[in-house]
Amino acid sequence: MARCTPLHAVHVAAGARMVDFAGWDMPVNYGSQIEEHHAVRSDAGMFDVSHMLALDLTGADATPFLRTLLANDVAKLTVPGKALYSCMLNAEGGVIDDLIVYYFAPDKFRIVVNAGTADKDVARMRKQIARTGANVSLDAHRDLAMIAVQGPNARAKTWHAIPGSESASAGLKPFFAAQVGDMLIARTGYTGEDGFEITLPAAQAPALWNALSAAGVAPCGLGARDTLRLEAGMNLYGQDMDEATSPLNAGLSWTVDMKDIDRNFIGRAALETSPASQKVIGLVLLERGVLRAHQTVFTDAGEGETTSGTFSPTLQQAIAFARVPLELAEGSTVEVDIRGKRLRARTVKLPFVRNGQALI
Amino acid sequence: MNIPAELKYTKSHEWIRREDDGTVTVGITDHAQEALGDIVFLDLPDAGRVVAAGEECAVVESVKAASDIYAPVAGEIVAANDAALDAPESVNADAYANWLFKLKPANAADVDALLDAAAYAEIAADD
Repeated sequence: MARCTPLHAVHVAAGARMVDFAGWDMPVNYGSQIEEHHAVRSDAGMFDVSHMLALDLTGADATPFLRTLLANDVAKLTVPGKALYSCMLNAEGGVIDDLIVYYFAPDKFRIVVNAGTADKDVARMRKQIARTGANVSLDAHRDLAMIAVQGPNARAKTWHAIPGSESASAGLKPFFAAQVGDMLIARTGYTGEDGFEITLPAAQAPALWNALSAAGVAPCGLGARDTLRLEAGMNLYGQDMDEATSPLNAGLSWTVDMKDIDRNFIGRAALETSPASQKVIGLVLLERGVLRAHQTVFTDAGEGETTSGTFSPTLQQAIAFARVPLELAEGSTVEVDIRGKRLRARTVKLPFVRNGQALI
Repeated sequence: MNIPAELKYTKSHEWIRREDDGTVTVGITDHAQEALGDIVFLDLPDAGRVVAAGEECAVVESVKAASDIYAPVAGEIVAANDAALDAPESVNADAYANWLFKLKPANAADVDALLDAAAYAEIAADD
């Protein structure tokens, strides 16, 4: 039996097409995925992301614990409310999950992990706490809901929907969060647009969803979430990287912080002995067709493989992420095996789209 | 669910209409287009291609997935819908008006053996 978020009944009542996602019964669209995509690029859309898990890590050893647990360095978080994107690696340097960690105080952090990996992540963190004897406590919050409001008008419409929220959140810079009453309002997202991710008590979620809808924010499903993040050049765990993938081969080197040579985070030794062997680039198909995951890419420098692909509603062309040999020159033309036919594609720098603008 | 009574159907969600000239017109059902979501690409067979019953002969791709389309009966492709090729979203708008290809069956009786609307409705309801 699939799990339901606090907004499940709202989605069903709205006529959403529901699908299983990582064991959760989630909306894939409310009619047209493409219209939802455009709503986020041009105005404002909202996503139920309550299937993701929020964890609170508190205690005297919270900072040193996270500096060992995560490949990015929480020591660079010094201003309360600041968020950091990081991978959690295994000892072999593979990606157990990618997550966001919010800093409130040296002994107080909020971590948000993926739905499909939540149980494994929590088990891993608890094991690490037990192994190190760190003075921390980890609290998983299944009593919370999360709504992502994204798009150029997302913040203004959120302020309209939540009386009193503007004064507390108008000054937030990207990748900062503020507590507003019962809500944590973060200026983060997974679409390449401005907006907020709002965490709040589960019981309050339907009322906020309806208020946002009344303020003109379009309900959007996982379908649009996937095309938006792909255009924005953002990885999806389980598709673009997993436990067998080094972050250095998944386009995530920028999230691995090696600066402090004394910080022996889990997976560091493995990354130091196995430098990147591939790089991630964008592909734009030059012929008719649609790029998908796991298609073979033929290049002058050797073969590669797509990890995610779709039809881009903004560019009106097929796009993909591909892992290719390091030597492949930027701007090369390559061939992709699509259902037995070799079609030409151009390599581009990621992202494809940012803040409503095509970048390729 | 929109399942016109006068058409024939397959388990793989194609609809088939018998034409006066002995050919059949083939498309995907309304149920299929809804399940696929926004359709963005069609790959249709060339006229003159001879196909076996159940042979993959077209592809319908939505934003989220690619779906193979099978020849409902053996025969020869006589036409592909070029208008749908240029506007794949038209299949979402009206899956019965916007057909994919026309086929001349090798054996007209094969068409009789396809599912009727009631039988297809049961399959679609279980989907």
